[in-house]
Amino acid sequence: MKNTLVILLFFAAGLLAGIFSLFPESLSGEQMTLYVLYLLLFLVGIGVGANKDTLKLLRSVNLRIFLIPLSVIIGTFLGTMVYSWFDETLTLRECWAVGSGFGYYSLSSVLIKEIAGESLGVIALLSNIIREIITLLLAPVLSRLFGHFAPISAGGATSMDTTLPIITRSTGTEYAAVSVFSGLVLTLLVPFLVPLIL
Amino acid sequence: MVLVIAFLIGGILTGYLIRNHRRLIVVASRLTDGAIFLLLFFLGLSVGMNQQVVSSFSSIGLQSFLITLLAVLGSVLVTFLFHHLFFRKR
Repeated sequence: MKNTLVILLFFAAGLLAGIFSLFPESLSGEQMTLYVLYLLLFLVGIGVGANKDTLKLLRSVNLRIFLIPLSVIIGTFLGTMVYSWFDETLTLRECWAVGSGFGYYSLSSVLIKEIAGESLGVIALLSNIIREIITLLLAPVLSRLFGHFAPISAGGATSMDTTLPIITRSTGTEYAAVSVFSGLVLTLLVPFLVPLIL
Repeated sequence: MVLVIAFLIGGILTGYLIRNHRRLIVVASRLTDGAIFLLLFFLGLSVGMNQQVVSSFSSIGLQSFLITLLAVLGSVLVTFLFHHLFFRKR
């Protein structure tokens, strides 16, 4: 809980610094995010490689591992369908398209903007950024309430990179393999699902 | 994407090589915490610097937040169900 607060504080500080242009334009947030991400992935890799239980878990999971990304797809579609009943400004297809970014905001928002226009594109961008933020903030809580696969599920496509460190921190490094696998499957599906739905 | 995988695999190999050096692994785990905080800061920075996102936040922010909340809730619940149906410890 204390860590969640610290994370939220760092995010808020960055947000304010961005809004009030406290950082030079040249130090673009997106570039820096990428560099820190590479560093993080290397560090997470060390944790995974040093953990003797990783291989054991992978071996015990086998083909059932596909059930994790599958459950994320079904759950996302059900959740966004429920939302579409209460929001008359968005159709079911539009809600599904926004959901099937699975947190992969850069690609899904561009795809949706091309097919369905600017306004749905911005919703897709915001929504998928929020999916990443929710996962970063709630991963420890979700893991405690709904089991070790829950933060992987919440992370969607991001569980292979940006949310991977927080996922392994709240579930254990032995879950990194499942997390990367699930995120990879969902990431690869985004460019197919979004155009298919719209 | 290729770089993402490359850094991860590079880390895994490094981790495997130093798996018996407790102290190095502890240092790596401390650094991981710091890097997570830094990542969040820069994520906030890139959101804050995106004029399009900031200016539309009030109008469609709530819409985006609620649809995402339900998407995450649905995902977690179905995964929870699958977890109990197919992964239960024997």
